[in-house]
Amino acid sequence: MLQIQNLFKIYDGGVQALYDVSFDIPKGQFLAVIGLSGSGKSTLLRCINRLVEPTSGKILWDDMDITAASQEELRRIRRRIGMVFQHFNLVHRSSVLTNVLAGRQGYVNPAWSLINRFPKEDLQKAHAQLERVGIGDKFRHRADELSGGQQQRVGIARAMMQEPELILADEPVASLDPVLAHSIMQHLEKINQDLGVTVICSLHFLDLVHRYADRVVALNEGRLVYDGLPQDIDDARFKEIYGKEAERVG
Amino acid sequence: MKNVNKSIITALIVLIVLIVYAYGFEVTQVNLETARQPRRQESFVRILRALAHPDIFTYEQSEVVVDAPIVVGCPTGGVSLPEPDKTGPYMLVTPGCAEPKAEITVEGFNFAPNVSGPINFIPPSNVTIQLGNFQSDSAGHFKSTVTLPNRQPVPESQTIRSITRANVGGPKLSRNGRDTWGKIVETVFLALLATTFGTLFAIPVSFLAAKNLMKDVVSPLASVALSLIAWPIGIGIGWLTARGAHWISERFGQTTVLLIAGLIIAPLLTYFAMRIGLPPTDTRTPTPRQRLGRFGALVVAAIAGIVAALLVSQVISEFGEIVAKVPALEFMGNFFVTVGDMVSTFLGLVVALAAGAVLGGWAERLGHRMTDSLPVPALKTFNLILAALAGALIFLTVAAVIEWLYDFNNPLYVFVIPGILGALAGLLLAARLPHKGSLPVGLTIYNALRGLMNILRSIEAFIWAIIFVVLVSTGPFAGTLALTLHTVAALGKLYSEQVESIMPGPLEAIKATGATRIQTIIYGVIPQIIPPYISFTMYRWDINVRMSTIIGFAGGGGIGFLLQQNINLLNYRAASTQMIAITVVVWLMDYLSSVLREKFV
Repeated sequence: MLQIQNLFKIYDGGVQALYDVSFDIPKGQFLAVIGLSGSGKSTLLRCINRLVEPTSGKILWDDMDITAASQEELRRIRRRIGMVFQHFNLVHRSSVLTNVLAGRQGYVNPAWSLINRFPKEDLQKAHAQLERVGIGDKFRHRADELSGGQQQRVGIARAMMQEPELILADEPVASLDPVLAHSIMQHLEKINQDLGVTVICSLHFLDLVHRYADRVVALNEGRLVYDGLPQDIDDARFKEIYGKEAERVG
Repeated sequence: MKNVNKSIITALIVLIVLIVYAYGFEVTQVNLETARQPRRQESFVRILRALAHPDIFTYEQSEVVVDAPIVVGCPTGGVSLPEPDKTGPYMLVTPGCAEPKAEITVEGFNFAPNVSGPINFIPPSNVTIQLGNFQSDSAGHFKSTVTLPNRQPVPESQTIRSITRANVGGPKLSRNGRDTWGKIVETVFLALLATTFGTLFAIPVSFLAAKNLMKDVVSPLASVALSLIAWPIGIGIGWLTARGAHWISERFGQTTVLLIAGLIIAPLLTYFAMRIGLPPTDTRTPTPRQRLGRFGALVVAAIAGIVAALLVSQVISEFGEIVAKVPALEFMGNFFVTVGDMVSTFLGLVVALAAGAVLGGWAERLGHRMTDSLPVPALKTFNLILAALAGALIFLTVAAVIEWLYDFNNPLYVFVIPGILGALAGLLLAARLPHKGSLPVGLTIYNALRGLMNILRSIEAFIWAIIFVVLVSTGPFAGTLALTLHTVAALGKLYSEQVESIMPGPLEAIKATGATRIQTIIYGVIPQIIPPYISFTMYRWDINVRMSTIIGFAGGGGIGFLLQQNINLLNYRAASTQMIAITVVVWLMDYLSSVLREKFV
């Protein structure tokens, strides 16, 4: 269970990214976060693993206070939270295998990282994860030789290397075409259903939300404006979330 | 109205530009008048011509000597001279006899076309007197008129001799060419070593001088103060440890058997202690006992490692001494001896600094924990005490450096006043800072390093060479040190700017996996900066080759030494050779770097 309590984030420039956001996510849920660009979705996700330091508020994960964790505790928390990014964020010049192995950083001893050594089990695990997302043969390739969809699958494999209990997906399909988008979402869905990993995924397209999410929260200018089932978003709610001029597409 | 304003502004700008350039001409003394003087033009052309005839090659020459007889003082009844051998070049002298100071005609046949040389008169005493010169035409024929010297007539025939020189065989390196070759090799290696050492230092510096990596590094006051206090203690402990290890290694180094035993035991001990001290993964939070055990194992590993390194350095030195006895391998032997010497000299320093870093890092974490867990009043008191201590420490260190440089010899200035001022500064900082507030440690280091690099970079390598010549005497080593220092400063800046311009996305992703800062750098930063680092390093090598020409002027070795000498001697033909050598090397390196870039980028 992840509990977000009265979360505020004000950036250094004075931009109010999150304003008093509170909600709970039960274990194993597939939660979609929707809202316009700049509504605070990315900030919310990054506050959960503290890539962004919240200004105030608490995030509790199984009664552990993430916001109060020390650096060492944070390392142990982060390694149980996988993250998938809109722009994949792979290291272009490194091989696919190295990119996937990077997911083990939280577990391996930093001293061994100095000489780029991973335990044998980690190597096997990396190959298994690549097989799982269907690009087991590409491990030798440089990451930037892969297509967008393949790169995102490497991103998922990297996140899965962490043996996560929670996956944060920050618009994982916004840079992909609709066919690839569904394929990536299905991978996430499978991870959620088969392994019981909680998924928090920010999305732009409502049809993807309807198709994959158990529940939706919506942000507008940093405030939580909707929290409920995807099918309950009717036209009135839609306008509340996206503004009066918004039109539904798709 | 608007248009008028605009034209006035335009006119003003034109006027200002005009003034600026007029003043610029005045200051830089742009003047064509001197260049028009014929004397200057002549000298200029002479130098250009000399530069266009680089002194690189010579030929071995053979002399072609052709003799013809002559009788000075005509005897009655005339002379009968033998017929010359007409198979090779030959000369006819007419008339066959003549009085002293008379004019004679020397005609040459079958000579090589277009050659010239002296025409000499050789009396029986063999003291050559040059009578004139000849120049053969394209058919190998010449005819010149010379005057006989004023000598007493003698009855025997004497000799008229012409000498021509011809190049034999292919071109050979001239003496200057050989010197240039030797020095350009020296230059390339000087630049290579300076670039290598410079790069080794510049890489860690560049990470510390990159704003994007450093701006997130913040620590609470307690951490900063504690680690400032812990660093010198750690350095002291490290130094003592290194001394102890040195003692142990000396015991092992006494006999060959012990040495071999040490060489087996020490690395094995290091390896197994490392295995215990550094488990490959940390899945569970270690208990305090486990932590203590690992720490102990790491200390053992460190000491055993130092002993192993010292023993290896001893072996390398001794091996080098043996190798050096073989004449052809002397340079390899000397290399091993020097490397062994360097290892044992700098190991203590490295160990001391590493121990300082370990203890400092540990104190930093302790400070974090104190800040997180102590009740506010206790934390405030602690902060005040620690800040006062750390402040005093910093001020005392600075004072010690000043004392060392300026020799005040007054304990009041060296100890008392800086101590009190530092403690006061620390107290003030601790009192002003919110008790859980953090200090921008990263940015402080960033700014300090940037400042230091700017100072190092703004002092030319030429001047560093002058300073290092004092330390290691004239020669290429002084130049290497000077260029190394300059390379660290210049590459540190260029590298760190590359680090600042990497893509932030991968860094974020790696941070999100729970990676530590070092892991983030290894997996997120380094792969992104390899191509620019390679091209900058190659470019720096190229710069160092060119800079070493200047270094030579200060006694720093390399080709600059020759270049300066030849320019001072007005020997432009020789200087031209050195310039060509530099150009060729720079050209080759440009090619090499483009090949390397294609491979790695």
